[in-house]
Amino acid sequence: MADIDIKDIIKEENLIYTKPKVITDTVMHYCPGCSHGVAHKLVAEVIDDMDIQDKTIGISPVGCSVLAYNYLDIDWQQAAHGRAPALATAAKRLMPNHYVFTYQGDGDLASIGAAEILHACNRGENITVIFINNAIYGMTGGQMAPTTLVGMKTATSPYGRSTELNGYPLKITELIAQLPGVAYVTRQSVHTPAAVRKTKKAIRKGFENQDKKIGTSFIEIVSTCSSGWKLSPVKSNEWMEEHMFKFYPLGDLKDSEKESEESYKKYIE
Amino acid sequence: MAKVRGAIVVDQERCKGCGICVVACPTGVIQLAKQVNGKGYNYAVMDKPEACIGCANCGQVCPDSVISVYRVKI
Ligand SMILES: Cc1ncc(C[n+]2csc(CCOP(=O)(O)OP(=O)(O)O)c2C)c(N)n1
Ligand code: SF4
Ligand code: SF4
Ligand code: SF4
Ligand SMILES: [Mg+2]
Repeated sequence: MADIDIKDIIKEENLIYTKPKVITDTVMHYCPGCSHGVAHKLVAEVIDDMDIQDKTIGISPVGCSVLAYNYLDIDWQQAAHGRAPALATAAKRLMPNHYVFTYQGDGDLASIGAAEILHACNRGENITVIFINNAIYGMTGGQMAPTTLVGMKTATSPYGRSTELNGYPLKITELIAQLPGVAYVTRQSVHTPAAVRKTKKAIRKGFENQDKKIGTSFIEIVSTCSSGWKLSPVKSNEWMEEHMFKFYPLGDLKDSEKESEESYKKYIE
Repeated sequence: MAKVRGAIVVDQERCKGCGICVVACPTGVIQLAKQVNGKGYNYAVMDKPEACIGCANCGQVCPDSVISVYRVKI
């Protein structure tokens, strides 16, 4: 098939997909295949598409994504472990016309920061939360997280998580979906092109909800940690599909707006 | 009938050889090279360039944003 030469295809005018503008040239420190990279890119694409680079404030967590501020060229604050929702609350209240999001792992959000996220969502802060659930503490060497599946082996559950010893995996997204302050709660993933496109739409919706001031938008991304899981990146995606999605099913959990004050006032009338 | 041809350019020095683009490609264009880059990773290459339809699946799933995709109608 000598109908067209490769060099005639690879021309500026034929470019249809490349690195988003908001992603910096700094090489990401993430392990090969890490979901964090795709999640970063999708946030960056949404910021590019909405043309809000100078109006977006990210709050990075403690965890592998602590250095997220090196990779997206926007304003950032780096929070103490689990405290990103508090910083986001302050940033959004002081600068209500900016787009404010937290980016947090499962150790950060569902363990040490559980109180923080529940209260921010319960207050209905007009922020977007990006929650990377890889069911493990990636950064510190693969310890068990609140979201680790029962039977899953980690550095601190070498025989597999046991409910007797370690309790049950925490479906924090389901808890958050019950709070009156949240507008949009969804669970997505980034392991296939179709999943990537859906997650991008979800992030866009989360950001647009900030314009509508309808409460918190919470986007869980079920993710992999090939280093912590001790599988190759491709095998990690397969393991995630086979096991994680059964316990953490993908889809929307809530899509409306925060509840009205009226519906709560009636109790003292 | 108009036909679509595509091509990709991989930033080989920044590719981490994760292989996620290889399985995401619907037409089996991409393979990991036998050679390694400066960091020791087997980087992604177009193994069957004539099969590329420029769908951008590979670019979308690449965690390191190192794939650019080009497409033409011929
Ligand atoms: C106050 C405090 N406690 C504990 C730690 C140690 N620590 C660093 S990262 C981390 C957990 C990270 O896991 P997660 O939030 O799931 O992020 P991941 O690396 O998996 O993306 C912990 C416990 C810390 N840095 N600060
Ligand atoms: S340890 Fe896990 S979460 Fe951290 S960069 Fe590596 S793969 Fe990603
Ligand atoms: S997905 Fe990206 S980093 Fe991974 S092998 Fe392909 S080009 Fe390299
Ligand atoms: S653009 Fe589509 S067909 Fe071409 S290499 Fe990428 S995934 Fe394969
Ligand atoms: Mg984690």
